Amino acid sequence: MIPTLFVLAYLAIVLYIGVFAFRQSRGQAEDYFLAGRALGPWVFLLSLFGTHMTAFAILGSSGHAFNFGIVTFGLMASSSAFVVPVLLLFLGTKLWAVGKKFGHITPVQIFRDRWECGHIGTLIFFLQAALLIPYIIIGVMGGGTTLSVISGGLIPFWAGGLLVAVVVMSYVFFGGMRGTAWVNAFQTVLFLTFGMIAVFVIGNGMGGFSTIAEKMLNDPKTAHLLSREKFSPLAFLSYTFNPLSAIAFPHIAIFCLTAKKMTQFKKTVMLYPLCILLIWLPCVCLGVFANQAQEIPAMAAKIDMKMATGRPVVADDVMLQLLGHFAPEWLAGLLGAGIMAAVMASDSQILALSTMFTEDIFTFYGARERFGQKAQVTTGRLFIVLVTAFAYFTALNAKASIFDLAVQFSFAGFSAMMPLYVGALYWKGSTKWGALAATIWVAGATIALFYAPRGFTVMGLAPVVPMTLGAAFLLWMVSILTPKPSANTVERYFSV
Amino acid sequence: MKIAIPLLLLAYYALHQDFWNWTSARPLLFGFLPIGLTYHALYAIGAAALMALLVKVAWPSRLEAWAEK
Repeated sequence: MIPTLFVLAYLAIVLYIGVFAFRQSRGQAEDYFLAGRALGPWVFLLSLFGTHMTAFAILGSSGHAFNFGIVTFGLMASSSAFVVPVLLLFLGTKLWAVGKKFGHITPVQIFRDRWECGHIGTLIFFLQAALLIPYIIIGVMGGGTTLSVISGGLIPFWAGGLLVAVVVMSYVFFGGMRGTAWVNAFQTVLFLTFGMIAVFVIGNGMGGFSTIAEKMLNDPKTAHLLSREKFSPLAFLSYTFNPLSAIAFPHIAIFCLTAKKMTQFKKTVMLYPLCILLIWLPCVCLGVFANQAQEIPAMAAKIDMKMATGRPVVADDVMLQLLGHFAPEWLAGLLGAGIMAAVMASDSQILALSTMFTEDIFTFYGARERFGQKAQVTTGRLFIVLVTAFAYFTALNAKASIFDLAVQFSFAGFSAMMPLYVGALYWKGSTKWGALAATIWVAGATIALFYAPRGFTVMGLAPVVPMTLGAAFLLWMVSILTPKPSANTVERYFSV
Repeated sequence: MKIAIPLLLLAYYALHQDFWNWTSARPLLFGFLPIGLTYHALYAIGAAALMALLVKVAWPSRLEAWAEK
C-alpha cells in the first residue's frame, strides 16, 4: 500500500508541474510547442535524455537481460552511448541552426522547405506518425505494468494504464513543451538518483552480486547469460543501427529545436554516454541476476517456464518484482515512482505528434490562416486527447513485450529514415523524388516486417540494416536522376 | 580534419564489436561484472571522452553564427 501511495503522490507532483508550466505560457504556437526556443542547458540535457529513455530503457532492458543476459547492454546501451551523441553533434546542431534560421518547428517543415515539396512532406508525416504510435503504446503498457505490480495487483493493468495515460495527457495538454521538459528533467534526476540506490539494496537483499555471479557461472543452464556466446556477431553488429533512430524520432528532432543557444548541445553531447551508462548498467545487471531470484514466486514461475520451454518469456516486470521483494516499502515506493518517471516519457512523443499534426497538416493546408494561432493550439490539445485514447485502447490488447514492440517497429523504421536527415542537411544534390523513394521504401519494409515472423533476419542481419541501407541507396540513386531544388533554396541552406 | 574525424569515428565504431570477449565471462570485475559487460561499460566511458574531444576540435561554430545572423 505504501509504495502505491508514493507513486500516486509522484503522479500528483508531475501534474502540478504541468499546471505550473501552463501559467507561464503565452498562448503562442512556438511557445506551446517549443517552449519559446528558450530551454536552459541543464533542463535541455536532462529533459532530452529523459525523453529518449522510456519504458524501453527501464522495463524492457531488464526484461530482455533476464532472457538473453549481458548482451543486452552491448546491443542497445554502449552502441547508443557512442552513436547518439555523434548524431546530436553533427545532425542535432544542424537541425537547431536550420530551425532557428528559418523558423521551422518540425522536421517535415524542414524537408518541405529544403526540397520544395508539399504532399511528399505529408507522406513523411503519416509515416512518422505511424512509427511513433507503437512507442507511445509501450509507455501506457509500462505504466499499467508498474502500477499493477507495485500495488500487488490492487490496481489492475487496465486501471494503471488509464491513470498514467490521463496524467500524461493532462500535463502535456496544459503545459505543452515547457511542462513536458520540466517534468522530464525532474524524472531523469529522480531515476538517476534512486536507480543506483536500487542496485545496492537489491544486491544486498539477494546475498551479494558476487555470490550470484559465481552461482550462475557454475550452472550450465545460466552460465551463457554472462557472456555473448549464444548471440551471433552479425546480429550483434546489426543492432548498432538501432541508435540511428534517435535523431529521426520526431520528439528528439523537435526537442533539438528548443535549445536557447547551440552551445547547450555541448554539455549534452559530452554527458550523454555517462547518463546512458548510469541508467542501463543497473537495469541490465538486475535483469541478469534476477535469474537467481527463485524465492520470489512470480520470478520462480518465469525461470521455470524459461528453462522448460527454452524460449524467452514476457519479463517486463522483472525490475519491479525484485524491488517489491527486496526493498523496504518506503524505498520501493520511491523507486517505483522513479521507474514510473522513466515509463512516462511517452509525454514528449504525444506532444511531438500533436506538434506535427498542427504544423504539418493543420497549418500547411491553410487552417491557421483561416482560424488563427489560438485555434491551432486548441487543435493540438484535442489531438493529444485523441492520440492518448487510441494508445490506451491499443495497449490493452497488445500481445508483444515492450522490447520487441520498440525494436521491431519504431527503431527499425526511424533508423531507416535517418538518411533523409543526412540528405536534407548535408547533401546539396538530394531531391524530393529521392526522399519520396526512400520514404516509400521504409513504409513498404515496415509493413512487410509486420507480417514477418519474430526474429526474422536477412543473411543473418536484423531487418534494420537492409532497411537503412536501402533507404540511403534509393535517396542517392533517385536524387542523381531527378531535378534538384532551385539554386536559391540550395544556397539558403548551404551558405554557412 | 575532414578525413581524420570520420576515420576516428569509424575506428571507435568498430571497437564496439569487441571480438575478444565473446564467449568468456571471466574475469569478473569487482567479483560480479563479467568481462564483456566491463568492456562495454568502459566503451561508454571512452565515448564520453571522445565526445569531449570532438566538442573541442569539431564544434560547428560557423553554423551557430550563421543561424544567429
